[in-house]
Amino acid sequence: MERHFERDLEELKERLLWMGSLAERAVHQAVHSVLEADEKLAQSVLKEENAINELQIEIDDRVVQLLALQQLMAADLRFVLAIARINNDLERIGDQAVNIAHSATRIVRHPRVKPYVDLPRMGELAEKMMRDSLDSLVRRDIELARSVLARDDQVDQLRDQIFRELLSYMMGDSSVVFPAFELILVAKNLERIADHATNVAEDVIYMVAGSDVRHPAVDRNTV
Amino acid sequence: MSSAFPLMAKTGAVAASSVSKSSAHNPAMTTSGANTLRMKVTKLNFYYGKNHALHNVSMDIATNRVTAMIGPSGCGKSTLLRTLNRMHETLRHTRLEGEIALDGVNILTLDVTKLRRMVGMVFQKPNPFPKSIYENVAYGLRINGHKGRLDDAVEKSLHRAALWDEVKDKLHKSAYALSGGQQQRLCIARALAVDPEVLLLDEPCSALDPVNTAKIEELLFELKPTCTLVIVTHNMQQAARVSDATAFMLNGDLIEFAATGHMFTKPSDPRTEAYITGRFG
Repeated sequence: MERHFERDLEELKERLLWMGSLAERAVHQAVHSVLEADEKLAQSVLKEENAINELQIEIDDRVVQLLALQQLMAADLRFVLAIARINNDLERIGDQAVNIAHSATRIVRHPRVKPYVDLPRMGELAEKMMRDSLDSLVRRDIELARSVLARDDQVDQLRDQIFRELLSYMMGDSSVVFPAFELILVAKNLERIADHATNVAEDVIYMVAGSDVRHPAVDRNTV
Repeated sequence: MSSAFPLMAKTGAVAASSVSKSSAHNPAMTTSGANTLRMKVTKLNFYYGKNHALHNVSMDIATNRVTAMIGPSGCGKSTLLRTLNRMHETLRHTRLEGEIALDGVNILTLDVTKLRRMVGMVFQKPNPFPKSIYENVAYGLRINGHKGRLDDAVEKSLHRAALWDEVKDKLHKSAYALSGGQQQRLCIARALAVDPEVLLLDEPCSALDPVNTAKIEELLFELKPTCTLVIVTHNMQQAARVSDATAFMLNGDLIEFAATGHMFTKPSDPRTEAYITGRFG
């Protein structure tokens, strides 16, 4: 017997995935606005931020209604809790994309510091982590979610590498300090996006398997 | 762009849906498109002898919506429900003041048999007639001079009550051979047979187990497009799950009447809040 609220749960997921698509597009465009010094693209990211924020509110409202009215249990309860957390992560990803777009509007006023090598790799990696974390939600695929977690270290390494390289440029030529600093901020924002994608993947694992993999060092029996 | 954002292509057609908000007398009308009133209760006072059981209750019941009434025992919710098809007239020493309209017509001016055909009722305890399953449903049709094939009408009602598949091979067995949940759905089928505009349900699941309760609740969603439903329930969670609008009653007063989504998240009256959070009642 299909319960009436299953349709509400399905709709909730659809709206979250739509929000995920918007966030994914925002990140993609923001990264390319930096790489291609495309201020117009950066402006379009800034313009679309509100759509993501509106979805965050809508999804929150739906979650509150479901929790208040439907006495969800077990897998249904985990699903709604996971959606509520992922909702916040996607909104924060949207914010990071906006930060990157803002950086792009400032970077375009300066000559290019250096050819971009690691930054596009980092962008691709973060975008792929986002896409895979959302795909793991759609397919309830724990293995895919775990593979997202495993990639977080690669992003962190790229961030450190970019920091080191840009610092060396800044030390060598003070005229590049401003754009190089903005690029460091972009790398930091991409690293945060990857962290949020990791959170999404952790929530998918919780949703599907009921296991909390967020902080392996924490022993539930002692907290 | 579509290849870079596969999820967008998959989910782009999903429309934003509005979140319901409350309004004063007819909260369910603000939820997803209901725009007409089936019943309207105006300044209703009701007395059992000297006991003033309902105090100046006004309430609008929206068409094709589920309206739930909740409140502690003795608050007047069942009394209010029974006035909607004048079932209170079966009791002696009762008095009703005020007005109850069905489609704009005062029900006190209607022939009571005709009224109860338009406003059916299902009770707490399943009460099938001591007859066959078939006869339980056919009975109301016969006494109302049904024209057309009785078999078809019985089957249709059993389908609407989500019972057909379970009883189609034993239509002529006694209704008492059915389980409690099936008997309750048979009573709903019996009530639906005469195509009522409104179906009143007085704690229809209180004698049922969780699985049969869930079946009845799903049935309410199925019936909503064709029937206006008013349900009295002791089970607050049930009101939350199935209704579009909820009325909270206390000591004969209608304390709050709001869209269910609003009532269970942001009740306006502190007494409603205390009741739905289990702090009294």
